[in-house]
Amino acid sequence: MTIITGATVDRADPQQRQKLAAELRELLPSHCVLDQLEQLKPFECDALTAIREIPLLVVLPENRDQVQAVMRYAYQNSVSLIPRGAGTGLSGGASPSTDAVLLVLTKLNDILEIDADNRIAIVEPGVRNLAISEAVAGHGLFYAPDPSSQVASSIGGNVAENSGGVHCVKYGLTTHNIRRLRYFDHTGELVTLGASGLDAPGYDLMALMTGSEGMLGVVVEVTVNLLPLPESVVLLQAAFPDMEQAGLGVMNIIAAGIIPAGLEMMDQTAIEVVENYIHMDLPLDAEAILLIELDGTEAEVESQLGSVKAEIGKFGAYDLRLARSAEDRIKLWSGRKSAFPAMGQVTTDFYIMDATVPRRHLPYALRRIVELSDQYSLRVANVFHAGDGNLHPLVLYDASDPGQVERTEKLADDILTLCLSLGGTISGEHGIGQEKLDKSCDQFSTVELEQFERVKRVFDPLGRLNPGKAIPTPHRCAELGGLHVHQGKVPFPELERF
Amino acid sequence: MSEMVDRDDSQQLVERVEQAREPGGRLTIIGQGSKHFMGCEPQGESLDTTDHCGVIEYEPGDLVLTARSGTPLVQIEQLLAQQGQCLGFEPPRFALNGSAAGTLGGAIASGLSGPRRPWAGAARDFVLGMTMVNGEAQRLHFGGQLIKNVAGFDLPRLMAGSMGTFGLILDISIRVLPVRPAAVTLQHVLPASEALAKMIEWQRQPLPLSGLVYGQGVLSVRLSGTAEGVLSAREIIGGDELNDAASWWDGLRDQTGAWFAEPGAVRRISCAAAAELPEIGGEWVLDWGGAQRWYRGDAPLAMLEAYARKIDGQLSCFRGADRKKPIPLADPRLVEIHGQLKSAFDPHGVFDSGRLLVQPPLAAGLQSSFLSDPAAK
Repeated sequence: MTIITGATVDRADPQQRQKLAAELRELLPSHCVLDQLEQLKPFECDALTAIREIPLLVVLPENRDQVQAVMRYAYQNSVSLIPRGAGTGLSGGASPSTDAVLLVLTKLNDILEIDADNRIAIVEPGVRNLAISEAVAGHGLFYAPDPSSQVASSIGGNVAENSGGVHCVKYGLTTHNIRRLRYFDHTGELVTLGASGLDAPGYDLMALMTGSEGMLGVVVEVTVNLLPLPESVVLLQAAFPDMEQAGLGVMNIIAAGIIPAGLEMMDQTAIEVVENYIHMDLPLDAEAILLIELDGTEAEVESQLGSVKAEIGKFGAYDLRLARSAEDRIKLWSGRKSAFPAMGQVTTDFYIMDATVPRRHLPYALRRIVELSDQYSLRVANVFHAGDGNLHPLVLYDASDPGQVERTEKLADDILTLCLSLGGTISGEHGIGQEKLDKSCDQFSTVELEQFERVKRVFDPLGRLNPGKAIPTPHRCAELGGLHVHQGKVPFPELERF
Repeated sequence: MSEMVDRDDSQQLVERVEQAREPGGRLTIIGQGSKHFMGCEPQGESLDTTDHCGVIEYEPGDLVLTARSGTPLVQIEQLLAQQGQCLGFEPPRFALNGSAAGTLGGAIASGLSGPRRPWAGAARDFVLGMTMVNGEAQRLHFGGQLIKNVAGFDLPRLMAGSMGTFGLILDISIRVLPVRPAAVTLQHVLPASEALAKMIEWQRQPLPLSGLVYGQGVLSVRLSGTAEGVLSAREIIGGDELNDAASWWDGLRDQTGAWFAEPGAVRRISCAAAAELPEIGGEWVLDWGGAQRWYRGDAPLAMLEAYARKIDGQLSCFRGADRKKPIPLADPRLVEIHGQLKSAFDPHGVFDSGRLLVQPPLAAGLQSSFLSDPAAK
């Protein structure tokens, strides 16, 4: 990734912008087309704020017909489109371009149907993730995937990024929790994938569409699966004297046959920063804190809680804190959840990373990150989903210091290379977007990238949907000449196994 | 336990694909042949995966197993059982010569799931990564060993259920699950309407369900969890405990039970669990809490099709029916996408497409690679 510093320049051709805006206003109410610089500026980036560009134009259709009108127009007039939901994506999947119209779907925010007997809800793409669970709570149901951005992020964006969250160690990602999608193809025609049941005939196109980062079509309706709200939820916090022991604790909870609803970890830097911010008397001598959430029937949860305590007790867990009521759980979660704002207190800028490593390599990966942090003289805090090996290193830096910006980019790159060499991936849940295009060249070979490209062309032969995102061209990778660290092909004999 | 053979036959398999790219070449992938009855009659030379077998890596603490496609399912399940783990989606092991059969590659390529599917997930949900060979004889690796992985398009999941029409699976990384410590099966004798109502009611509650099926007048409920969890849920469900429950559920999963042993074609309707009951004479089994409905009887196909349409369900001719019956893809755009995707992986039509026959008409220019009739190639 290249971190951009300074003001964003508007590179668009004013005449082209004017012409487009005028023509789109024939199709949409005037207020749904934004063409003034002060209107476009708020859309210059998604939640990856390091990459910014003023969009050619922003359109905010208010219903499905208007989306279709925009898409048909774009097809007939060779205009590229970048679909965008709430803009909470962290990899620049919806970052705009001066060469494309930004198609914002947040106004399509109706919950169309709730079918409690079949445990599904049919929603428009702009419906916020959390709004679904709120709407169905009265039926004793909830929608399981819960990305940290769930208050704001929209379901259309969740599908595009295959969003996960704290609870996906037990409940899976978006792809495991949806059963039907309707999308407009690149010509603006409506296509329905999936079925009312648990599977559909033919190829699993739902799998392909989910996580495709808006490169294959524009989703305008999602049928999500709902689950019964658990009868009982408990949250256990435990401190560990060292990272190795905490890692073993994680492995042994799983090996004991328990799949917690959530299994989160904070490292020492994160504990220290959070404690200074929120003052919840966290043990500052601990190298790691684990947060273990269990849910199910009351009898189920109580017996699992006993087993979890026994397992982590074997690895020196101390300072155990248990929260049972919803109120107490929110309090106990607040340490983990305030990590990002807490970072804001100790640094001017921080870069949120996303990568995965197999659980068994977590302690090694975390130790190496500490060494890299020393090597580049940059602080790194780790607050992450230990249960599914999904690391989120936070690199603390000062964007006004060009030296630090450059070191941050290099450090981030080294961390991703480390994760790849351990059999992990360069993105667990934030996506490739624009941020990790170049790094994808390390994960995939030329023939693999060519296969992706052929699949892309089936859906978008002219390359007009979210151009330049998610999948790098083999050509781009060839120019970079990067090392292809393919899984299993780079030996790492120095690695400890446990 | 039968001995696990460890053999990498990938070089030979890739060479076979390479050779089949010549004009007139066509391959039909076969493991143990337990799903031979699905789709059209296989066409082309057999590409046998059973010599490409063995577990490459198994990390119980990471809940992941990587094995070659020809590895027998029963061997994988025995290995997992030693660590208290299992394949959560209960892949059907359709019997050959009276014993449970099937390979891991076949389980994923067919994408079938057993009775636990509504609660644990489907075959495709457990696929984490895969090495495959496409129709250009290129060896490709997608996905990884972790549940979270959003780099690139999700091609491993697309491969699940594609019946070998895109290419040959060489190895698969699959998520495994711990076996729950306790299980019980409870039965109620009920009329169908009451049984469906119960199934809907229980599925709306946070119960440790792992099986819910109604057939021959009996509603069977399987609970799996901790001993305490099962005990307390059992009070809510009530009914009589079924002895020897494990083999009873295997009979449903592997279609070796009494109902499936009867003669006659078996058809399947996939629908929303609470969809209304059919008024069609014959025998019905409502599995997956109502979402998978098996039918055997004399009703004309048109009547079943009308019922499926009415409940927004999908009818397929599963076993012993007309093998030429195309998959019901209603939308011509979907038909077009299927043909083009097939070509994107297999431009020369090396892999037999009849195992997942898609309804004609196909988009112009794609027919040569996608018709099941070898004469058209």
